[in-house]
Amino acid sequence: MLVNRKLILAHFWLAFGVFGIALTLGAWQMFIRSPIGTWLSNPELYYRSLTAHGTVMGYVFPTLVAMGFGYAISESALQQRLVGVRWAWAGFWLIVAGSIMAVIPIALGRASVLYTFYPPLIGNVFYYLGVVLVVVGSWIWVALMSINLRVWRKANPGAAVPLAMFANVAGSYLWAWTAVGAALELLLQIIPVAAGLKATIDAGLARVFFSWTLHAIVYFWLMPTYIAYYTIVPRAIGGRVYSDSMARISFILFLVVAMPIGMHHTFADPQVGAGFKFIHSAFTALVALPTLLTVFTICASVEIAARLRGGRGMFGWIKTLPWDNPMMLALAFSFVMLGFGGAGGLINMSYQLDASIHNTQWITGHFHLIFGGAIVIMYFAIAYDLWPHLTGRELIDLRLIRTQLWLWFIGMIVTTFPWHWVGILGMPRRMAYFDFGDPAIAPQALSVTLSAIGGFILLTSGILFLVVLARGMRAPQADAGPYRFAVAVHQPVIVPVALNTHALWVALMIALTLTNYGYPILTLALTEGTSVPAVYVGAQ
Amino acid sequence: MSARDLFTFSNPHFTRGVGITAAILVVTAIVGFIVLPFAQPWVQFANVWDAICSAAGVPQRAASVAAPAQDKRLSEVVLTSSTLSRPSQEAIGRGATLAQRCAICHGPTGVSRADSPNLAGQYAAVIYKELHDFRSGARTNAVMSPFAVNLTDQEIADLSNYYAYLPRLPAYHPTPQLPKPNIVIFGAPMRGIAPCGSCHGSLDNKTGSPWLEGQSEAYMKAQLQAFASGERRNDISQQMRNIARAMTPQEIEQAAAYYASQPPDVVKAVD
Repeated sequence: MLVNRKLILAHFWLAFGVFGIALTLGAWQMFIRSPIGTWLSNPELYYRSLTAHGTVMGYVFPTLVAMGFGYAISESALQQRLVGVRWAWAGFWLIVAGSIMAVIPIALGRASVLYTFYPPLIGNVFYYLGVVLVVVGSWIWVALMSINLRVWRKANPGAAVPLAMFANVAGSYLWAWTAVGAALELLLQIIPVAAGLKATIDAGLARVFFSWTLHAIVYFWLMPTYIAYYTIVPRAIGGRVYSDSMARISFILFLVVAMPIGMHHTFADPQVGAGFKFIHSAFTALVALPTLLTVFTICASVEIAARLRGGRGMFGWIKTLPWDNPMMLALAFSFVMLGFGGAGGLINMSYQLDASIHNTQWITGHFHLIFGGAIVIMYFAIAYDLWPHLTGRELIDLRLIRTQLWLWFIGMIVTTFPWHWVGILGMPRRMAYFDFGDPAIAPQALSVTLSAIGGFILLTSGILFLVVLARGMRAPQADAGPYRFAVAVHQPVIVPVALNTHALWVALMIALTLTNYGYPILTLALTEGTSVPAVYVGAQ
Repeated sequence: MSARDLFTFSNPHFTRGVGITAAILVVTAIVGFIVLPFAQPWVQFANVWDAICSAAGVPQRAASVAAPAQDKRLSEVVLTSSTLSRPSQEAIGRGATLAQRCAICHGPTGVSRADSPNLAGQYAAVIYKELHDFRSGARTNAVMSPFAVNLTDQEIADLSNYYAYLPRLPAYHPTPQLPKPNIVIFGAPMRGIAPCGSCHGSLDNKTGSPWLEGQSEAYMKAQLQAFASGERRNDISQQMRNIARAMTPQEIEQAAAYYASQPPDVVKAVD
């Protein structure tokens, strides 16, 4: 039951539109930094582009996808019209306004601070206010998801919450709490300086606040992907979810342990004690658990589909899978990239191993492989799956869709594998220019060139994606029927209260944040003489 | 299904969820705050509490060690990007009167005919820093030092504001504009030299760095050589000395000749 199709389509179109622009900027950055491009002569232009790319890809694009998908889940999983449609539109327009407000100073070169803000670097105040508006807009969505679930519970007392909605609301709560870190950094520290009320800033404290947001935000980006793994893929390939409880436990684990781990981003920072770094490192290891559970459950669900199609033998069933189904293809690609990206992540979270790749191109390679690869390819799959239900028209060109997914997969591997490699060789990240004519780094020229070619493959794939969606808006009309989610082998009838509500897990998430972040933040905030003069972008 | 059923020890999910989480937290805390600190044989702790404080990052006063004696004066000027950024008309007027005595070398319009720096339109923070350094002895010059030694803080600020206010005029010795040499635009990354242009204009400007377009070639060359030999040392953290020492004599000449050949009005393009 998808009633508010316009609302959902608006979110998706805005998301994929800005994604297309940011993708083009990304490909240009790869090119200009590589030996095949000519040096720009003005690094500021590079950082301007990098700020726009990061801000769109990190804040605007995944948030809009999660919101649009969240509204779709709320209506179709709960079989109930969305409550608070006007508020939903208000949230959408806040994001539009925030994005425009943030992009103007970036384009003028007044906010080339990168999306991670990097105080004491300070840009134009409207950039930060724009980001705040985007976050406030998304918080409206968080509230609406919670309210819609509450309304449904009242109408269906004691019933098991559909898995898709349970996971969707878990994701929204995770986002609400994880965004608090960056919000505190912006409101208490950066915006007062950017507005000229203060001239110094505690950069160490700001970095700790940002680490609060920076790691769990990744799991917020991941949520739509995992929801698609569990609730779309098995249905699309004709299988069943192997275990509904396992799925709920995975999402619960994300809620609890995705938050108190962000300090593994500050391993090289002197202002954080080594004991806290160790605790965060250990909890980061725990976050691999829900992913491993998911890989197991989804492989089992896929095997069910294969066996139902007549698959036999220990591995022989793999052949009988519907490999021409875009959803199957996207899932396989996503898992391969998740595997490599996850392995790289285990290196990043280990204190000693991190020392060899910290702040190198390895890190950029890592998060592009996980986010741009494993996560975004499932965003494509979600859009393809939902599109006929949103437009009332059929997506006919399956071959084009498969080509697009293949190109994205190949492009991402070609881009990120050499990227990891040059990181191991010691190439630093956030550099606008490398002199590959110098014998010391000349051997890296080939890897960087390959990466840049991968960037253009990705751009081609991104354009194809937009073409498929645009053509889908003009295809002949066809009724796609009601939107359904995957059914479990044992559909839940009665679910224990702990697996049907979020309160306990949200409480644990907040408690762990206090234990793992409370002391470092308090000491940094109360220690005097830790602030440094702000460095204003574009000021003499 | 109420919160009361959920948050109770008779609910196994609650007991296990909270228990396992707390157990993991306690174990990791013991390892992180006690086991690992003592596993470092090169660090000595007085007791367990000392180790815990160290691992938690409790701020500690560094042992009071006397700073090594400096035989030469260092620059004590602190600049931020907002230093002297909003001058008053009165300050500029007072500066204009004071500047009469500078005109013999730096020219009545702030443009020199004597291989001294052109000051018209130079950033206020730059003049402010150099005058302070001449006064304190962090930078010395047989001609400038006696002029600066008697200036008050107010006079230094006024002079800086006045010269920053003057329009940037073409230099006295025009030469054909030279193309940008590598050292200005790329630096020499493998020798740790950032491009000149990344601080001094052409690419970007950084607080405290003067713009150099149209300045005297002989003056810029002499300053780079003075930085390289250590004769001039009022650059904070040796930023210019480190660069000048690594530059070849040829690069010094190229950089000086390039900046001298540029008209000063191009500075505005990157402001």
